[in-house]
Amino acid sequence: MHVVYPVVLAALLFSIGVYGVLARRNTILVLMSVELMLNAVNLNLVAFDVWLRDALHGGQVLTLFVIVIAAAELGVGLAIVLAVFRNRQTVELDRLRDLAEPGPEAGPGAGQGPGPGGGPSPGRGHGPGGGAGPGPGIDGTGEDRPPGDGRGLDENAPPVPEHDRPRGAGVVRAPGGAA
Amino acid sequence: MTFAAPALWPPTAQEIVFLLLGVVAAGAALLVVTTRQIVHAALWLVVSFGALAGCYLVLTAEFVAWVQVLIYVGAVVVLLLFGIMLTRAPIGRSADLDSGNQMAAAVVAVGTAAVLVTTVIHGFRTAYTPLVPGEGAAKPLGASIFRTWVLPFEALSVLLLAALIGAIVLSRTDIGGKD
Repeated sequence: MHVVYPVVLAALLFSIGVYGVLARRNTILVLMSVELMLNAVNLNLVAFDVWLRDALHGGQVLTLFVIVIAAAELGVGLAIVLAVFRNRQTVELDRLRDLAEPGPEAGPGAGQGPGPGGGPSPGRGHGPGGGAGPGPGIDGTGEDRPPGDGRGLDENAPPVPEHDRPRGAGVVRAPGGAA
Repeated sequence: MTFAAPALWPPTAQEIVFLLLGVVAAGAALLVVTTRQIVHAALWLVVSFGALAGCYLVLTAEFVAWVQVLIYVGAVVVLLLFGIMLTRAPIGRSADLDSGNQMAAAVVAVGTAAVLVTTVIHGFRTAYTPLVPGEGAAKPLGASIFRTWVLPFEALSVLLLAALIGAIVLSRTDIGGKD
């Protein structure tokens, strides 16, 4: 058996896993792609173990360890996914943006643009108004933001125009958090 | 350990079997990352892992092959299906399983595949080993695990226990901290 065949197959499987991790949106599909990448590594380990005739069978034993660790990783990962689903009602990675920078080109700004722009509701209408438009994940950030806004934008009038709010909140809150 | 290698083409019977199984594994993996139905992705994962277990069998790694069948095909895919059901994923055909950066993901994956395949072909073009049956059977592998690798084995059992407890703590809602 030429070593090229299993090694090339492992490289292809790894690349397919990379594509799946980058292109998929559902968290469970991303976990499946991670499993594909781990299997590519396992195939490499077995192939090199057979090629080098390791007397200690290090490659195959490490393959067994990798399989066990992959099972443990998947168990904890799925528990985390279920916890996220309980809290957010979604497992789509594009919508879990609570840790994203509220920059002008980031997703929240683009997503919240049409919602508040269409109906400029004053004050705390930001949360429900934004939630009805873009979706539940962005709604979470919208609901988190008003208390930060209240502290950060003390000198500003509370009914600030809605589409300025995320940007302004991000700019003002950063020094507030640092101080 | 390079023997007097026969030519890469025509492949021997073992290599033909390996290539067929590899085509099945890679094709099923490709379907895992491109299919529009999330349950079908999990079922294609079964096909891919099964073909990969066949690859291990051809490479004389019998024990790893059966562990692959037991853990990956048996446990991991069932766990993934549980995750799919519990997150109320759309069972039928759904269009939003892929995120918007599909093209970038494809470019990265093709680049990864090109680099890896070129490298390993250059590196292992002449690597050849005759397959000796029984090298990866349960007896030599078990002796190796419980003589040489017994300490990592025990550490791994502790890791499995930790992962199990972690998954339980993450999954249960009544024992978490105050939210």
